[in-house]
Amino acid sequence: MSSSLIQTENLVKTYDTGEVPLRALDGVSLDIARGEFLAIMGHSGSGKSTLMNVLGALDRPTAGRYLLEGEEVGEMDVEELADLRNRRIGFIFQSFNLLPRLSALQNVMLPIRYRVGNRIGGEEREEASIAALESVGLGERLHHRPNQLSGGQQQRVAIARALVNQPALLLADEPTGNLDSKSSEEIMGILHTLNRQGVTIVMVTHESDVANHAGRIIHMKDGKIISDGQNGKMSQERAQ
Amino acid sequence: MTLIEVIGLAWEGLVLNKLRSFLTTLGVIIGVAAVILMIAISAGAEAAIADQINALGANLIIVTAARGVPGRPPTLVYDDALAIGRTVKGITGVAAEQNLADQLIKWGNVSFTTPALGTTPDFPVVRGAPLGVAHFFTQADLDRKNKVIVLGSKVAQDLFGEVSPVDQEVVFGTTRLTVIGVMAPKGKVADTDYDDRVYIPLTVLYQRFLANPMMNNRVRTVYAQATSRETMDSAISQIKSVLAQQHGVTLANPDFIVQTQEDIIQTQQATTETFRTLLGWVAAVSLLVGGIGIMNIMLVSVTERTREIGVRVSIGARPQDVRRQFLLEAMILSLFGGLIGVIAGVGGAWLFDEMGAMRTVLVPWSLGLAFVASAVVGIFFGYFPATKAANLDPIEALRHE
Ligand SMILES: Nc1ncnc2c1ncn2[C@@H]1O[C@H](COP(=O)(O)OP(=O)(O)OP(=O)(O)O)[C@@H](O)[C@H]1O
Ligand SMILES: [Mg+2]
Repeated sequence: MSSSLIQTENLVKTYDTGEVPLRALDGVSLDIARGEFLAIMGHSGSGKSTLMNVLGALDRPTAGRYLLEGEEVGEMDVEELADLRNRRIGFIFQSFNLLPRLSALQNVMLPIRYRVGNRIGGEEREEASIAALESVGLGERLHHRPNQLSGGQQQRVAIARALVNQPALLLADEPTGNLDSKSSEEIMGILHTLNRQGVTIVMVTHESDVANHAGRIIHMKDGKIISDGQNGKMSQERAQ
Repeated sequence: MTLIEVIGLAWEGLVLNKLRSFLTTLGVIIGVAAVILMIAISAGAEAAIADQINALGANLIIVTAARGVPGRPPTLVYDDALAIGRTVKGITGVAAEQNLADQLIKWGNVSFTTPALGTTPDFPVVRGAPLGVAHFFTQADLDRKNKVIVLGSKVAQDLFGEVSPVDQEVVFGTTRLTVIGVMAPKGKVADTDYDDRVYIPLTVLYQRFLANPMMNNRVRTVYAQATSRETMDSAISQIKSVLAQQHGVTLANPDFIVQTQEDIIQTQQATTETFRTLLGWVAAVSLLVGGIGIMNIMLVSVTERTREIGVRVSIGARPQDVRRQFLLEAMILSLFGGLIGVIAGVGGAWLFDEMGAMRTVLVPWSLGLAFVASAVVGIFFGYFPATKAANLDPIEALRHE
């Protein structure tokens, strides 16, 4: 078996809007190896988020295959998909999507609470969640609610939440889209570190300096991949 | 997620909207209070009836003279009671009763007036009025017209104080009578104070106290006690035919009325029954309205929290997790309403009793019933919103503003 984490074949997603069906994904075939750091770029409406949602098992494609770690995602039932989202994929969003009524710690603990099987006790959960928050530099902000945190801090809580069940894959849809450049750099630094620790990262971004953190960049247009290549700048950096 | 965590989360949501939660549960509060009150009133009415039955004497058959039978004066006589006692099967005793207006009773230098009841030996058994001291008069006393008297407990106390009344001679009216017993205290039944009167053999009453010979032998009421509930009907029909024979009338056109205590109590029951039915409807309608209120607020909550649901699903919540969360919230809402309703119902029952409006008896299982009813309302009316939440499409939910 190859070391592919993700394999897609001819992914198609159509929306019935108006007379002509809209092809948000139009035959996307993609192979992502374990440990890669991939950036997806493209104009607005080119299908980046649609692809991310399919990869994150939040959405089902109209046609095509999606294999995660060699398993056919299209054949999974509701419970298996939930388990996939819970343990094997971490998802972070442009708008953070933290639950406003819960503290940072409670937000991070949620995925553990929803975990089915190999349950751990309350104390261990808290320890694991605190460790995740510490790893993103928020050990001091455990009991703050999202509205008591800056945007960058909120996104770091979201990363901790995505990581707490130790998934192999982290999906990030414009993670720095709502952040200033300083916070963006911090977030990218964290993603970098995670990638070096072996987490596969797929990230959507509009900004090329953000994309330049990735080892591989693909461009999308009208639901298709129009270019796919190693990031030259990145390889130079690595070579040095 | 453990149950405790889900409950904690649900509770948080409700506390955040205290007033809304309270208003939502108002229907459940009223419904549950009505359930408890209804059952308390029923139990109160039953207890009152049981008391009354015990006070009158159990399985009692009551015979009175019918008025207005053409061509005949209304008559019910001592001999009727004797005939019933002789021939009717399935009865433990017969007591004939005739009242006597207040007479002066005198012992030593103590005297006051008191009413009397002329009756027969089975009176204590049939009317459930046991003796306190010594004994009641016997059939021999009646047959020989022995000048004996049994005192009500209050009369005995007022007349003799600490002295033992038995074998003392008192003057009642103008007749000297020997005290042979004292009744146990019984209190008032309807308007009759059993303790504040005296009891004399019916035949002595006729011989010594009745000026009008027309009244001789006449009794106001004959009471018979059936041996059990089952023998009641048979005893009644036997009594009817004995009396028809005695009086020379047909059963179709009798000059007497045979009743049971149920007949007499029925009218009282009908009133509480009406009230109970009304409360039952109030309970049902309130619970329904309360349930719809809960459903409504849960639907609002699902819409308000669509994005939250999307987030939960995106980090691995299964549909059943989401459904359980909202179902529990609905249940906590209605159980919270149930709790306040229980307090209101118990308080209401207490108030009814205290104000003397209606006798109420709190029934423990009614609290359990109310609890179950509110839980069922929560589950039933929470199910639809919870399912709606569980079936939300994650992408659309996440996009929801
Ligand atoms: N639920 C939907 N119904 C109809 N059309 C949709 C729906 N979701 C997405 N689309 C369409 O699919 C296309 C791709 O959308 P998508 O969100 O993937 O774009 P994107 O590349 O993420 O854009 P952006 O950079 O603005 O986020 C767009 O034309 C969009 O209008
Ligand atoms: Mg997008």
